[in-house]
Amino acid sequence: MNSGAIALRQVEFEQKSFWRNPAAAFFSFLFPIIFLVVFATLFKGSMAPVGNVEVPYDDYYIPALVAFGVMGACFTNIAMTISARRDTGILKRLRGTPLPPWAFIAGVVGSSIIVSIVLTVITTVFGITVYSVHMPEHILAAAVTVAVGALSFCALGMAMTIVIPNADAAPAIVNGVFLPIVFISGTFFPVPETSVLAQIAQVFPVRHFINAMFTAFDPARQSASGFNAGDLLIMAAWGVAAVVIASLRFRWEPRKN
Amino acid sequence: MTAIVVEGLRKSYGALEAVRGVSFTVEEGEVFGLLGPNGAGKTTTIEILEGYRRRDAGTVSVLGIDPAVGGRKLRERVGLVLQEAAVPPMLSVRELVELYRGYYPAPRPAAEIIELVGLTEKTDERVQKLSGGQQRRLDVALGLVGDPDLIFLDEPTTGFDPSARRAAWEVVRNMRTLGKTIVLTTHYMDEAQYLADRICVIAAGEVVAEGAPETLRARTEQRTRIRFELPPGLDAATLPVPVVVEAGVAVIETPTPTRSLRDLTTWAVAQGLELTNLEVMRPSLEDVYLELTEHE
Repeated sequence: MNSGAIALRQVEFEQKSFWRNPAAAFFSFLFPIIFLVVFATLFKGSMAPVGNVEVPYDDYYIPALVAFGVMGACFTNIAMTISARRDTGILKRLRGTPLPPWAFIAGVVGSSIIVSIVLTVITTVFGITVYSVHMPEHILAAAVTVAVGALSFCALGMAMTIVIPNADAAPAIVNGVFLPIVFISGTFFPVPETSVLAQIAQVFPVRHFINAMFTAFDPARQSASGFNAGDLLIMAAWGVAAVVIASLRFRWEPRKN
Repeated sequence: MTAIVVEGLRKSYGALEAVRGVSFTVEEGEVFGLLGPNGAGKTTTIEILEGYRRRDAGTVSVLGIDPAVGGRKLRERVGLVLQEAAVPPMLSVRELVELYRGYYPAPRPAAEIIELVGLTEKTDERVQKLSGGQQRRLDVALGLVGDPDLIFLDEPTTGFDPSARRAAWEVVRNMRTLGKTIVLTTHYMDEAQYLADRICVIAAGEVVAEGAPETLRARTEQRTRIRFELPPGLDAATLPVPVVVEAGVAVIETPTPTRSLRDLTTWAVAQGLELTNLEVMRPSLEDVYLELTEHE
């Protein structure tokens, strides 16, 4: 079998594993929608300050929660499922087969990207139909931003498994890292750029992802292309760093006690 | 042909020397049992052969390849059944076997492999709905699917109930008839005795005995036991042969069982005694094993 076919089969396997776990699949999709409904209801009719413009809160939340959904599908999902598979010996067994490691990783990443695309479309369509938000102003830029974000956060998810000692600790560690950064990065409410929280969030990739998504959706029609090169590059740099770390330190075997 | 050659193998984890100069060979087509108590170094040894661990010293050849650098070429020819490896829960038995078939250049037919491990009726069942024993058998199937020349079975029946163990043993026997070389680790003596052509006993990181199960048993031929219930009121010191009494049962350990038995029974008949529950036992492989490994 050639390399492409092997990778495609791995994507198929990952997709089956994902969709056949209804609870996990359901919540991956439900969380962004729930947050959207909750926050859109809370802030109904008011305006969100973003940079030096103000947009309706609904228009703020769609790009932010699309990013949130993609991060969940990539970072959280990969960090959790890979730790669980490592702990139960599934990864070790796989490492003993002729399957090349890159094909396994292609399957995991490819599957997360498919989930990210579906999530982006569902969240956006929900926003457009229920909250009458604007269509993404720059479709191509939105697609590229989702792709760069998904890849970067997949890599970060793989790298995250390195510091997770076992599957039981995975939810606490992953959420303990992810959620605080998500909060200070302005996912659930705008964080003014000059604030201390935003200064801290600037260090991490989440805020850059949200900023880039916001530029691509561009509800205030400020950007010519929708591409936010600075934020995209910083996020991609995180992704590249994660790839390097993961390729050096990734473990296929459970940690021995 | 020799399938595996291990010479002077050493491996330490920090200050702990887990494997201390182990040597053995495995011939093609034989079932080789690697035996030892927990922590004896057998899993470390087998994981070096499988390519999971690097050795500190010694030479290792698996199918003519050094497993430390064997990579994909070696993995295509070797089937692994690991200790405590789960199988992905969301696929059906058939889907999983088909997925794994895709990893190998010349896999066996899926239906045949599923039949071999006795899961034909569960072919379309999700893995998560299988019992523990069935999942373990599926694990074995995944180790065989690539039609490997060499199969490593690391404690394949630990945690099985007796009937599941019997079923698993039949699977191993079936594999043997396919002409596969099988390396089996276990701490069950009966398993090694039933399955292995040759046994290598490891204790504290060293080989303490090696040979066919019968040869190993012969080593303690010196210690045949004669047992019977000591008649009430009888002083053990009056018996014609020295005995050890444990909970009312007299035990004679003797290198000449024929003679000891004659002395004992002649005496008993003369006394008009019938010895209750009289039995003569050869030492089991289990006894041999315990003796070999007891000072650990």
